[in-house]
Amino acid sequence: MKAATLNVGFMPLVDSAALIVAQEIGFAAEEGIALNLRRAPSWSSLRDLLCFGHVEAAHMLSPVPVAAAMGLGGVGVPLSVLSVLSVNGNVIGVSTALAQRLRAAGHDFDFLDAAKAGRALIAEAGRGLRIGVPFPFSMHSELLFYWLTALGLPAPQGVEIRTVPPPLMAEAIKAGEIDAFCVGEPWGSKAVENGDGHLLLPGAAIWAFAPEKVLAVRSDWAEAEAELRDRLIRAVWRAGRWLAQPSSLTLAAELLSRPAYLDLAPEIIERALTGRLVISPEGEEREVPRFLEFHAGAASFPWRSQAEWIGAQLAARTGLDRAAAARLARDTFRSDLHRAALAPIGADLPGASSKVEGALDMDLAVPSESGRLFLCRDAFFDGRVFEPCAG
Amino acid sequence: MSGAMSIIVVEPDRDRALQIVDSLREAGDYDIHVIAEATGLARQIQRRNPDVVLIDLENPSRDMLEELALASGPQERAVAMFVDRSAEGLSAAAIEAGVSAYVVDGMQPQRIKPILDAAIARFRMFQRMRTELAETKRALEERKVIDRAKGMLMKARGIGEDEAYALLRRTAMDTGKRVPEVAAALVTAAGLLS
Repeated sequence: MKAATLNVGFMPLVDSAALIVAQEIGFAAEEGIALNLRRAPSWSSLRDLLCFGHVEAAHMLSPVPVAAAMGLGGVGVPLSVLSVLSVNGNVIGVSTALAQRLRAAGHDFDFLDAAKAGRALIAEAGRGLRIGVPFPFSMHSELLFYWLTALGLPAPQGVEIRTVPPPLMAEAIKAGEIDAFCVGEPWGSKAVENGDGHLLLPGAAIWAFAPEKVLAVRSDWAEAEAELRDRLIRAVWRAGRWLAQPSSLTLAAELLSRPAYLDLAPEIIERALTGRLVISPEGEEREVPRFLEFHAGAASFPWRSQAEWIGAQLAARTGLDRAAAARLARDTFRSDLHRAALAPIGADLPGASSKVEGALDMDLAVPSESGRLFLCRDAFFDGRVFEPCAG
Repeated sequence: MSGAMSIIVVEPDRDRALQIVDSLREAGDYDIHVIAEATGLARQIQRRNPDVVLIDLENPSRDMLEELALASGPQERAVAMFVDRSAEGLSAAAIEAGVSAYVVDGMQPQRIKPILDAAIARFRMFQRMRTELAETKRALEERKVIDRAKGMLMKARGIGEDEAYALLRRTAMDTGKRVPEVAAALVTAAGLLS
């Protein structure tokens, strides 16, 4: 039998790893599919390639399908999230000049305490701070706005947000076009490596379990190709499980470094995979537990409540009705399809499809299909919780 | 007020930009401006306030235009990616050809059609040329490495050029690889040993 080939688009980021591993290590072949991986030049192009049917599935920023459902951006084709490809994995960084001012003012770059780092940043730079984010609809934007607004600097209104594609972020900070950035790895580490950036915080310091990238398909494709859809979900889930093993990391970094994928030295890619980040050109290192998660705590599970949180943030910013946004948002994260595809292979998944976001200040055992599932700490840095509309 | 629609073409390559401008001029009387520099793209476009923006799908700076779609201040014009609901499927054709078009909200599709038709034709040609160029480059690289490998074999084994190539081809067949791959492996290995 010849394997069915699926065209899958991705952006060159460490969190595309599950798709690359699914193809390269053979989890796709195990499911009788082959992934024709196509690197995209920008998020908007990847979204359009997906919407117009040039790829069947895509590595996508978690807010994009939600925004599309709310009629924000894009071409109005409904998208469905089959899986979460990665949790966390962003870094917030500042220019060398701003890092020096922060250090002079006494900030210790502990790469841990979001409230402390945020207050230092606001005191030093404050209003008018120019921050680069990869895309208007991204977890990067959401985390930044949540963080700064909670600390008293209304964002995005009080700062200047510039859209800069991830691979160009290091150049933008070097050219002095931005003072700070929030970007997915390895592009923050690349800025450090070039000697132009200092890392201030991991995204996980703001929200401990933020759905970062998702596996997105067109909703009509998900309905029409149930068999391929389920195989794709399983292949990617197995790839995530493989990535979660420490013994896989060296090989994963090598695979990702290939010219067709990230085309960067494996030493830089490894930092995100191991959670050991070099935060300054002087070589200071910080270790971050769960810097980037592919599998633990049912990381792949698309919680409807995660989508609702994204929808609520977008609605608040764009002045749309919050309840309507929450309803539209939750329907894009297909926890039902995810669960059904993985049931036959005994994956341990939550029994519920929605949870209170931010309620867990430590890992917790929860009821699951096999009864042995742990959910990971998912607290927001300011201790707030988010109650979804329906369970 | 001038009736000519204003178009911005985002294109860093000067020759390509000129060709696009020429083909647009043939299509109608437009006020055309080219932006080559990605720095501050969104602000440059905002300042010019065009009716249509054309940008290569392969241009990573395209994401910067997406933030214009969110602009809603009184001085700012909403910009959206061009989506037509017409039977001709212009948007799909544009994406196929590798160009994305952003237009000011509320623009009449029939006014945009000639612009897009011209842009699509031009971009299709660019795409074909890009593929051909990449293929040619690859073929040249491969020929270069095969020549080096042949030279090494001729020197090391004291054989002629035809024989050296035959040896490479036989090894490739035996190992299920392509000749350029075998040649590249030999060149790399020789580099390590020297």
